[in-house]
Amino acid sequence: MLYINCPHCGMRSQNEFSYGGDASVKRPELNKEVSDQEWDNFVYNRKSLRGKHLELWQHISGCRQWIKVERDTATHEIFRTFKADEEVA
Amino acid sequence: MTQAFRIENGGLINRDKKLSFKFNGKTYFGYEGDTLASALLANGVHLVGRSFKYHRPRGFFGAGVDEPYAVVQLYRNGETEPNIKATEQELFDGLEAKSVNCWPSVNFDIGAINNFLKIFLPAGFYYKTFMWPKSFWYRIYEPFIRKAAGLGVASTKHDKERYEHKYEYCDLLIAGSGPSGLAGAYAAAKNGAKVILAEDKPRFGGSLLTSDVNIGNQSGKDWAEGIIAELKTMPNVVVKNRSQIFGYYDHNMLVMSEKVSDHLPSTKKYHPNKRLWYIRAKEVLISSGSIERPIVFGNNDTPGVMLSSAAKEYLKVYGVLVGRKPLVFTNNDSGYETAIEFKKHGVDPVVLDSRKNPASEIIDEAKNLGINIKNSYVVVAAQGYKKVKSADIASISEDKKQLGKIENIQCDCICVSGFWTPTVHLASQSGNKTKFKEEIDAFVPGQSKQNEITLGAANGEFSLEETLKTSFKAGSELSKKITQKDNEIAVPNVVEKKSSQHDKFWCVPLPKGKNYKRFLDFQNDVAVSDVEIALREGYRSIEHVKRYTTLGMATDQGKTSNLNGLQLVSEIENKVVPAVGHTTFRPPYTPVSIGAIVGREVGKHSKPTRKSPMHTWHEKNNAVFVDAGVWLRPRYYKRGNENLFEASKREAKNVRTNVGVCDVTTLGKIDIKGPDAAELLNRVYTNAWLKLPVGKARYGVMLREDGIVMDDGTTTRISENHYHMTTTTAQAANVLSHLEYYLQLVWPELNVNVVSTTEQWAGAAIAGPKSRDLLQKLFQNSDVSNEGLPFMGYMEGDLFGVKARIFRISFSGELAYEVNVESDYGNFMWEKIIEVGKEFNIQPYGTEALSTLRIEMGHVAGSELDGRTIPFDNALEGLVSKKKDFIGKRSLQRSAFIAEDRQRIVGVVPLDKQTSIPEGSHLVKDDKAPLPNPKLGHISASCWSVEYDNPFSLAILKDGKNMIGQKLFAMSPLKNKVIPVEIVSSHYVDPKGERVRS
Repeated sequence: MLYINCPHCGMRSQNEFSYGGDASVKRPELNKEVSDQEWDNFVYNRKSLRGKHLELWQHISGCRQWIKVERDTATHEIFRTFKADEEVA
Repeated sequence: MTQAFRIENGGLINRDKKLSFKFNGKTYFGYEGDTLASALLANGVHLVGRSFKYHRPRGFFGAGVDEPYAVVQLYRNGETEPNIKATEQELFDGLEAKSVNCWPSVNFDIGAINNFLKIFLPAGFYYKTFMWPKSFWYRIYEPFIRKAAGLGVASTKHDKERYEHKYEYCDLLIAGSGPSGLAGAYAAAKNGAKVILAEDKPRFGGSLLTSDVNIGNQSGKDWAEGIIAELKTMPNVVVKNRSQIFGYYDHNMLVMSEKVSDHLPSTKKYHPNKRLWYIRAKEVLISSGSIERPIVFGNNDTPGVMLSSAAKEYLKVYGVLVGRKPLVFTNNDSGYETAIEFKKHGVDPVVLDSRKNPASEIIDEAKNLGINIKNSYVVVAAQGYKKVKSADIASISEDKKQLGKIENIQCDCICVSGFWTPTVHLASQSGNKTKFKEEIDAFVPGQSKQNEITLGAANGEFSLEETLKTSFKAGSELSKKITQKDNEIAVPNVVEKKSSQHDKFWCVPLPKGKNYKRFLDFQNDVAVSDVEIALREGYRSIEHVKRYTTLGMATDQGKTSNLNGLQLVSEIENKVVPAVGHTTFRPPYTPVSIGAIVGREVGKHSKPTRKSPMHTWHEKNNAVFVDAGVWLRPRYYKRGNENLFEASKREAKNVRTNVGVCDVTTLGKIDIKGPDAAELLNRVYTNAWLKLPVGKARYGVMLREDGIVMDDGTTTRISENHYHMTTTTAQAANVLSHLEYYLQLVWPELNVNVVSTTEQWAGAAIAGPKSRDLLQKLFQNSDVSNEGLPFMGYMEGDLFGVKARIFRISFSGELAYEVNVESDYGNFMWEKIIEVGKEFNIQPYGTEALSTLRIEMGHVAGSELDGRTIPFDNALEGLVSKKKDFIGKRSLQRSAFIAEDRQRIVGVVPLDKQTSIPEGSHLVKDDKAPLPNPKLGHISASCWSVEYDNPFSLAILKDGKNMIGQKLFAMSPLKNKVIPVEIVSSHYVDPKGERVRS
């Protein structure tokens, strides 16, 4: 079971969180013309990376905040975690 | 009955407490502190079971967790448990056990005929022998094999035992209480670290209990006892015996199974049977020791052949002689320790050492004691069927290929030592890639992967002095990092006998003209010849060889067999062992009871049960409940002998004619506040929300980004910047997360807060033509007329002194209202509604009537919003704004979603107006068409229309818009029904929606 550092609450076990997918996906702006390809990329197409991956988790049984977690999908190593509004450099 | 093989004195058992137990129906005696295995051996019982495939007689091979044979069926306190290792099961008074895998008895087992048929049962036999004729597999071969195979029998009764889960955090977790575990724990504890020390056996000390060493001028055993006693007094230390750490998971999470009650005749009151610990450790010290490995020779599975260390343990810990004429067969110095112990107790062993000229302190000691030692000698085969009677032995050439003349010597047990295999399971599970250590012929942990370190024998370090030195140091350094304290501990003086090199020899060649079975894996009857076949047939990967031959599988997971299997494969393949590699060490290390894994989450406790504040009222009024997500809701209220159908029909009819009340507390409720609340709703729902006035409710549909309907419900504007959203019962949690996702990540600029208020409000839906009259009596100070509170209106009211929210919304299609009060007043509200409603013939109605009412009105619910439908499919396209953007809108342009013949909701009536259509039935054009009959749609919900008194269903039908008036067939192969039906409008009752506005 992963041990995730919630930027709001501290180290918590994985069972307090729910997974939210790739954090690098940006929703196209509202009321903007979007091509089929762009929209498909946003809704469906994911890279399924092996290695370092920035992903979303929600601390569902804690502060209910969505956070970003930088995790290695092969080893499960977690490098850094970020608040929702933090820029990831 | 005397215990013929128990020595007069000695051992760590309590001779003052005699225990009686039964094995295969016969009564024996043992002592407190015995295991079932040691007690049986004390009574001279060596035959405990039959082997898996050939049903060969099997005895005891080990003395602990590595035991491959002695698996028994245990009976305790009226319950039975299969596959218990007799070597681990502590004796208690009244214990009963039986052999497994034999019929009619362990002494006379009919399955043993397989032993003579073994030529037909080679590796992978079930993949080939039984392939023809094909039809025989299911009817004859498989049932037969299933019956013949397998070990114990699981109980079919409900398990009355209680199992607990515990979550723990510590600085240093130590797996194993041998010398390295004790030293590491002691040093870390002295530095103030929070330490958990786990030992799987009942006694602490590991190898110190049986080895002849001195630490700080005491025996190893006494030193261990002293350390444990001191650790137990320290508040920062938890020491646990009977506790097996069986899994090492991500981020230093380890799981431990503590046997709380297995050693007792029955579980104490309020105690669990087992406790599963989830331990998050900052650092882990793996001191799991090593397991002796066998040397392979002919008939090496005969009862009486056992590990030399096990024989020593039976003698030193339990005071039991495993034989009176022991033969020790060794390739290293460990065998001599066993021989010396025998000699000390007046038994003369013979030692066969495969080495030519070994020399060390312990060998000198054995020689001085006058023990008969034969160098360059091996056991070729054990003789005897149900017990070792003698051994064929021979000298062996230096290259280990040529056997000398075969001699036979009398013996009653053969104690084998093929050197030691470090227990690397936990380290390997942590992700540590093991490496092969040439000098010990075994794998040891490599580079640490998580915060783990492996020390002592588990790391291939067999010198006690070195082990203590490194373990004290590790305990001190690991804890120093955490506590910043540094109390140095002096390493005590150690007296031990230095060992010489072991012989890299593991398998005795077959003598000419002999075809003895030489077993590698004892539990699964995998012999050398089986692995040879697998390789001959082209299996190369060790993982494939394992699965084809079953080497290293089953309850012991090859703890004694894996390495010899690898040796064999590497020898045949002409590779070095590390190139062959080993199979994956997966948790659990030892079998763990399913009960312990499940813990308290059984039956009703498998999920929380949520009840509305009116639950007690429903119970008192004969409600029959149904699970609705995690909630319990009244399905119907039973009157007299009514069944579900009759009761729900009565309740629904009463709503259509008078007035009914339904508990709608379970609906999800989300409080939305902030200046941008309207903007949020406008983006989340498909319809327009910016112009909703205060005091008005609106129905809305929300989509996922892929255009599929996610949920529906009403949202009411309570005040300028305050909205009350309702969701379906099932989607409440998802919708809240969905809103939080967009507010926190996508549109953080929106100034809005959302919070679940599902539990804060109790809700009652009052529906029916007389609902307004009732409402007026409930809220005497409010104007609830059609003008005062129009359809989709909202107001606050005073319910006999209790503040209430009144919404004029309808799910039933009737004139209807929903009243919410704070949860604690829920029952008050409900009772008032029932009391005041009497004069209007009010009746409570359950979810079944609720469904009937919505189905015949064509209102969609979960069975239509099933994660596959878009608004159009549900006839909700009128709610999809063309002007504004919203979540999922772009997806609605997908070609499949705008197809001309897109599926759509319709109503379905059986032509005979009698036959109810099973939900899930397929709609087809031709009921006689060959299979697969093209499916045009499916029945999503069915009811008995109370309005028209005939069956009515909703369906999602291809090109549904143009299908009205068509005649089709509803087919349900499950219910074996074919029903001719007519397609009608989904709005079966009150299609213009006049009643809700009346």
